[in-house]
Amino acid sequence: MDLIPVLLGVTVLVFSLMYVAPGDPAAILLGIDSTPERVEILRHEMGLDRPFIVQLGLYMKNVILHFDLGISYRTKTPVINEIVSRLPTTIALTFISMAIGVLLGIATGVISAVKQYSWIDKITTIFALFGVSTPSFWLALMFVLVFAVNLRWFPVSGSYGLKYWVLPTLTLGSQAAGIVMRMTRSSMLEVIRQDYIRTARAKGQTEWVVVMKHALRNALIPIITVIGMQTGFLIGGAVLVEAVFSMPGLGKYILEGINNLDYPAVQGTVLVIAFMYIIIMLAVDIIYGFVDPRIKSQFIAKTKGA
Amino acid sequence: MVGLYLLVFLILVAICAPIIAPYDYDDQNQEKAFKFPNREFWFGTDNFGRDILSRMIYGSRVSLQVGLISVGFSALVGCTLGVIAAFYRKCDNLVMRVVDGFASIPYLLLAIAIAAALGSGINNLMLAVGISTIPAYARVTRAAVLTVKETEYVEAARSIGTNNFRIIIRHIMPNSLAPIIIQATLGVGNAILIASCLSFLGLGIQPPSPEWGAMLSGGRIYIRDYWHMTVIPGVALMLVVYALNILGDGLRDALDPRLK
Amino acid sequence: MHEKVLEIKKLVVRYDTDYEKVEAVNNISLEIAKKETMGLVGETGAGKTTTALAIMRLVPSPPGKVISGEIYFEGADLLKISEKEMRKIRGGKISMIFQDPMTALNPVLPVGEQIMEVIRLHDKGSKAEATKKTTKMLELVGINSERHNEYPHQFSGGMKQRVVIAIALACNPSLLIADEPTTALDVTIQAQVLGMMNSLKDEFDTSIILITHDLGVVAEVCDHVAIMYAGEIIETGTIKEIFENKKHPYTIGLFNSIPDLDTEEDRLQAISGLMPDPANLPKGCKFHPRCPKCTAECKHRVPQNTEVAPEHFVKCLLYKGTEAAK
Repeated sequence: MDLIPVLLGVTVLVFSLMYVAPGDPAAILLGIDSTPERVEILRHEMGLDRPFIVQLGLYMKNVILHFDLGISYRTKTPVINEIVSRLPTTIALTFISMAIGVLLGIATGVISAVKQYSWIDKITTIFALFGVSTPSFWLALMFVLVFAVNLRWFPVSGSYGLKYWVLPTLTLGSQAAGIVMRMTRSSMLEVIRQDYIRTARAKGQTEWVVVMKHALRNALIPIITVIGMQTGFLIGGAVLVEAVFSMPGLGKYILEGINNLDYPAVQGTVLVIAFMYIIIMLAVDIIYGFVDPRIKSQFIAKTKGA
Repeated sequence: MVGLYLLVFLILVAICAPIIAPYDYDDQNQEKAFKFPNREFWFGTDNFGRDILSRMIYGSRVSLQVGLISVGFSALVGCTLGVIAAFYRKCDNLVMRVVDGFASIPYLLLAIAIAAALGSGINNLMLAVGISTIPAYARVTRAAVLTVKETEYVEAARSIGTNNFRIIIRHIMPNSLAPIIIQATLGVGNAILIASCLSFLGLGIQPPSPEWGAMLSGGRIYIRDYWHMTVIPGVALMLVVYALNILGDGLRDALDPRLK
Repeated sequence: MHEKVLEIKKLVVRYDTDYEKVEAVNNISLEIAKKETMGLVGETGAGKTTTALAIMRLVPSPPGKVISGEIYFEGADLLKISEKEMRKIRGGKISMIFQDPMTALNPVLPVGEQIMEVIRLHDKGSKAEATKKTTKMLELVGINSERHNEYPHQFSGGMKQRVVIAIALACNPSLLIADEPTTALDVTIQAQVLGMMNSLKDEFDTSIILITHDLGVVAEVCDHVAIMYAGEIIETGTIKEIFENKKHPYTIGLFNSIPDLDTEEDRLQAISGLMPDPANLPKGCKFHPRCPKCTAECKHRVPQNTEVAPEHFVKCLLYKGTEAAK
């Protein structure tokens, strides 16, 4: 499976990044207590004076065998625990936003494509393009400004109840919707021109069924790939939104880690997120196989013949 | 076309910054702080009394610089990788695995991680943004080259004995350019967005440099009362990226023979 | 006179694009009788497909438009009935086969389901009955009915076309429009498909409009022929009349360009010039720039339909006033 080398590669990449980063972990850990001698001793204990390869190997061994992502410099507790406690927030944020984005995006994309050149098409296209062009943190701030500060409908930050989730998911969801909508529209436009759509109409089929059953099912195939990639992008976007709305998720954790030079925390989180992304893409590939019969047959043929 | 005009306007503004900006971007004037747009300061002033309009104008330079250079870097490295992968099939697997490794981290996170590792400053920012977007160019180039490689005119060139290098330069590159150009145009917008995100988080440009994302971040705490500090840079960012996206889309429609 | 299944009167179809107005079909009139196979012959761009689409009311609506004319079917003008009524007719009473079998079927649905779709749209029976009928149709076109759950990409081109035919004939239509059904297939498959269409025609009493540019196919399968040029029907008549007694210089040119096995020739005989640009048609007789018998009058007067023999009509000024006694 191609997956494993990629995962390994990511681990190496992440570790190397942190290795290169300025700052001496031992000195930071000791904090005020640090003297050059103590730093040396701690460095030796932590294995920081060993060659890069050895450190890399140790790290990877810990990760793969023990799921041990190291100890946070800041809280002195295992990174993995911190990540696990924050994971649900980020996952929920990502998936709810994705759901909003997909529903909104596909619906508007289909309408746009079917009524090409109409005013609905023009307006939704412009909106979608704005959605894609707007920095998510700014959109978040604008939402805060309008809905929280001025209209006082929603709270500004935190995540203690349903109300708190509305603005963040809307922000991310709109961005996702923009991208999904554009992809849906172009995919539908291409599919609608195909001959088999004409065949369906020639059978006397109603336009609604032609669009939903014949066109959309074919158009969905490339859209699914985009949705998968988008989820990855959303995880990244979650970082910003969590920052603006002060939600206790992984994104905020990374930021705090960066600001506090807490490298194991940052390293570990990036690794976990990359891992999630890879799993999502894998899931997308599998779904793809189910949805497109051509791929399904190729797959069956390969496994039969092999 | 609108995109093109907006872009040209922006480039002009950036180039002529010192001439048209009414004030210097770090000209502080505490008495005049927090003013809303008025006749003296067209976009108002920020918390240090600096003229926002001037900071915006100088900021355009920064954004453009970051956008263009990081895309240039990204495209150069990415396309080379893509060509190598597509052309020398033996390296294909290795190169693409590496690229996939980079690609499996959402690019924003990757940029954040790289920026954190490298430290702040505009050069590191450009490097961070550049590296995080390499996979897209590698993939697009590889796909384009793979398609062109199988065409008959390449076969013809090969059959008269042209060596590989010449084939790449004279036949493959010109015909693969279209998707790369589209990706690059959209990429500049993307790069500007990423850069502003990084600056917003405090990772990129440091004050007093007038980067739009940083201005947004700086104005954030005052949003309740002085919203102009956040709204204005955001709108500018949005418009610039929007213009670039329209341009990219227009290019894509123009260069795609099927839609003609 | 045989009973008429379809009557087209003075049909005009135009495509309006941003750049130009394309006159695709210019004032054609045509009658199809019951159980008759009418061949519609012409070069690419003559307007044959547009005519077929107009009958089905499937002309892509921007940019195409039916400007005027009437198409009578079972007593009603198809161009004036509601969309809902038209949908009942499409696939049920009039069905159409398109040119390229490779792209005519939906890639993500099994072929059985695609055949069943048209049956369930027009027959009010149960799902079980529809399934039985689907199986029967598959067998009829020579496809193993156990393959009904397979997808289009698992079939060859010829078999795909047979599935398309099964879909078209499943509801026993009175009229089948076949737009170059064998052009995309190779010659042996072509013979099979044509043979099958013939036997199905007898079994179901279907009239057929067969659009083609291949005169050989016409000879095999058709009773009547209409020759189209630049959006007009310039000659029409029975097979015997057209093949043995052709009148229009274009028709003569068409037949002459077929190489003859028996005579030796140095060069293939072609009709000089090219089909005119439908956005910029010549004045007068549309064929005059290429006609070896062109006269001064041809350049500005549009020829009317002249009956030169029973049921044999020609649009050519050469035959003005030579009507056969009725």
